[in-house]
Amino acid sequence: MSTETIITNPKVIVKDLNFHYGNYRALKDINLNIAEKMVTAFIGPSGCGKSTLLRTFNRMYELYPKQKATGEIILDGANVLDAKQDLNMLRAKIGMVFQKPTPFPMSIYDNIAFGVKLYENLSKHDMEARVEWALRKAALWTEVKDKLKQSGTGLSGGQQQRLCIARAIAVKPQVLLLDEPTSALDPISTAHIEKLIDELKEDFTIVIVTHNMQQAARVSDYTAYMYLGDLIEFGETSTVFTNPKRKETEDYITGRFG
Amino acid sequence: MTNNSLYTRRRIINGAGLTVSVLAMGFGLFWLCWILWTLVANGLPALTAAVFTQMTPPPGSSGGLLNAIAGSLMMTVLGTIIGTPIGILAGTYLAEFGQRGWMAPVTRFINDILLSAPSIVIGLFVYEVYVVQIKHFSGWAGALALAILVIPIVIRTTENMLRLVPSTLREAAAALGAPQWKIINFVTLRAARAGIITGVMLAIARISGETAPLLFTALNNQFWSSNMNQPMASLPGVIFQFAMSPYEDWKSLAWAGALLITLSVLTLNILARVLFRQSSTTH
Amino acid sequence: MSMFSLEAKLKRQALLDLAFRSLTRVSAFGVLVLLAAIIASLVIGSMPAIHAFGFGFLTSPEWDPVNDKFGALIPIVGTLITSGIALLIAIPVSFGIAIFLTELSPRILRRPLGIAIELLAGIPSIIYGMWGLFVFAPLFADHVEPWLNNHIGPLPFIGEFFMGAPMGIGILTASIILSIMVIPFITSVMRDVFDVVPTLLKESAYGLGATTWEVMWKVVLPYTKVGVAGGIMLGLGRALGETMAVTFVIGNAHELGKSLLNPGNSISSALANEFTEAIGELYTSSLIELGLILFFITFVVLALARYMLYKLGKREGQAA
Repeated sequence: MSTETIITNPKVIVKDLNFHYGNYRALKDINLNIAEKMVTAFIGPSGCGKSTLLRTFNRMYELYPKQKATGEIILDGANVLDAKQDLNMLRAKIGMVFQKPTPFPMSIYDNIAFGVKLYENLSKHDMEARVEWALRKAALWTEVKDKLKQSGTGLSGGQQQRLCIARAIAVKPQVLLLDEPTSALDPISTAHIEKLIDELKEDFTIVIVTHNMQQAARVSDYTAYMYLGDLIEFGETSTVFTNPKRKETEDYITGRFG
Repeated sequence: MTNNSLYTRRRIINGAGLTVSVLAMGFGLFWLCWILWTLVANGLPALTAAVFTQMTPPPGSSGGLLNAIAGSLMMTVLGTIIGTPIGILAGTYLAEFGQRGWMAPVTRFINDILLSAPSIVIGLFVYEVYVVQIKHFSGWAGALALAILVIPIVIRTTENMLRLVPSTLREAAAALGAPQWKIINFVTLRAARAGIITGVMLAIARISGETAPLLFTALNNQFWSSNMNQPMASLPGVIFQFAMSPYEDWKSLAWAGALLITLSVLTLNILARVLFRQSSTTH
Repeated sequence: MSMFSLEAKLKRQALLDLAFRSLTRVSAFGVLVLLAAIIASLVIGSMPAIHAFGFGFLTSPEWDPVNDKFGALIPIVGTLITSGIALLIAIPVSFGIAIFLTELSPRILRRPLGIAIELLAGIPSIIYGMWGLFVFAPLFADHVEPWLNNHIGPLPFIGEFFMGAPMGIGILTASIILSIMVIPFITSVMRDVFDVVPTLLKESAYGLGATTWEVMWKVVLPYTKVGVAGGIMLGLGRALGETMAVTFVIGNAHELGKSLLNPGNSISSALANEFTEAIGELYTSSLIELGLILFFITFVVLALARYMLYKLGKREGQAA
């Protein structure tokens, strides 16, 4: 389907994107634009391709054999899917946070410094400042400032997830991909993260995959509803949720399906 | 009525089967206790200070096992140092890079076979390719044979432990733009560290009790020698020689050595398991 | 950061990636090279014996270092018989222990008992040998072998296998000690493969009113038979190559008697006893050919074992 919603300031443009797991076609001719410094949510029932779509943005699928994407994903005028695109460089520009917290087996400080050290040679002082900045942005600083040398795996689930967000934004990416970031968290931690997403969009373009429609309604500016690899409907969140154009979307968000 | 008798028969079979199962468990434990008891009963009286301070004696006189203990330690340590890095690297290949192509499955298969290959054949191999070439037995040859035994064990555990690391951890590191060598060295291998250390400890336990591969490589040495280029005494080798001899002094030293080696091997075994358990519960 | 230094950095990372990947690949390839080198060195080493005796080496019972006449029949037969008897004892015992540890044992005892059985595998083989020679063999000679002579000996057919001087050392003693050594290996594989049986499958059998024994015998064992067979082959591989324990108690005699109480020889103990003392090219070469034969037999057995275990693993993968 065509992109009916006009986005004037697209950060990422997806054109005719197809994705295959072996012979299975998991994404079918996806076209959509991601608005800069806004939150875009992908929703839909499990297996609809929303996570797959997200994982094409930083080509995470390339870690595995037999997975292939065709089409175009334009970021800053260059096609992300271009074979010449340096993968590591791309991923440094696009941060990602996963379903479950993934703290590295090292100290809180090193968790954050790990990504920064990859592309920047900061002095010790600057690095400390950067770590603090990222932790403050992720609303974790006050909780961990006295135990930066302790292992990141010792934190609670919600704290771990915020640590992962801090780690992702510490490298100052342009786009932040959140793959069901609260699915493993309790309601209080979820509320924390949602508030955080709202603050982070001042600096970052955010794409979030969620199975929780209320969450999509609460945090996103734009919503894409997907089903079986098709993009069914895309538009401003308020429109999609209050006045969907397609019957399928309406069925899904009103809970009659999915 | 027939139903009832059928049920009774089933219950009897069940009872008999389960009794046999309990007996089998007792059978296993019985040997373990008996062997350990024999070792303690014969080894403990022979375990004097001299065992740790004196050299292996000539027949019919008293002495200790110092040169054998030192030789065993040196060859075990060197074998581990040579074998471990190769094993970790190869195991990393199998777990992280081996998804495509024929090499990983073939290597895994061959490695699993080498894992249980007769250790005496490894001794024969090192004799053929090394001892024959330099024309004398040596501590290096012994260490080399032990290293060949270490490699398959470390490969196996490294691969298994790396596979237990959740793929999201790799993805999270890749999502930051980290190159693969950094992901593996600083994140994946680190997350698998406890398991790999356990594997190395089990490998050390295995080789420190090995006798057969040392017979044709390090041979033996009655005197103190820290020269890896010379024939070298080892605890299992000395136990073999002394136990088979007719001299009482030698036999009692052999028992002391046997107790020593079993204690260290079993301690390593238990320690490895406890350490692994502890580290896997804190994560 | 300037574009130039970033590009250099990316290039360096790509290079390091390649270097690291190559390093691991070379190490893995080393395993294949190692196998090839082992086979090659053994074949080259046994060339003189192969030239001198040909295939007759495998069937000749002669072992005469004085006249340089060598045949491998006795050690080969000794190796196969000791391992075979060891399996006969070890299989039912291992099955019993595995049932006990997976189904019967109280939960708190499961771990310590499991470790105890695994420690049996941790005891160095030379310890089994010493214990066998000094403790087990004398008791066996005094109490068991006379009984075998008197009670089993007169029986038709099998009797002659159990007649003979009660010396304590010999084929039977070696087999019993081997069986104790392989029990932990077979048990551990059995426990592992029993664990892959879906709980639901067991529960549905229990739900029909099956007894524990019936569940193990009619559900778990058929489900895992390939893996169990693999575990048994793995134990066989261990038994075939075991050296020190056998060397102490087998008697090291190059003779082939009917009785299991007689001393005999195995490939590995012939190697352990004679290799460093062998004089002359043909003697050494014959021993190396023995090693080659041992490696070949264990290779085939272990390859079969692995194949069976992979097969079970694969089925499991499909089911999941």
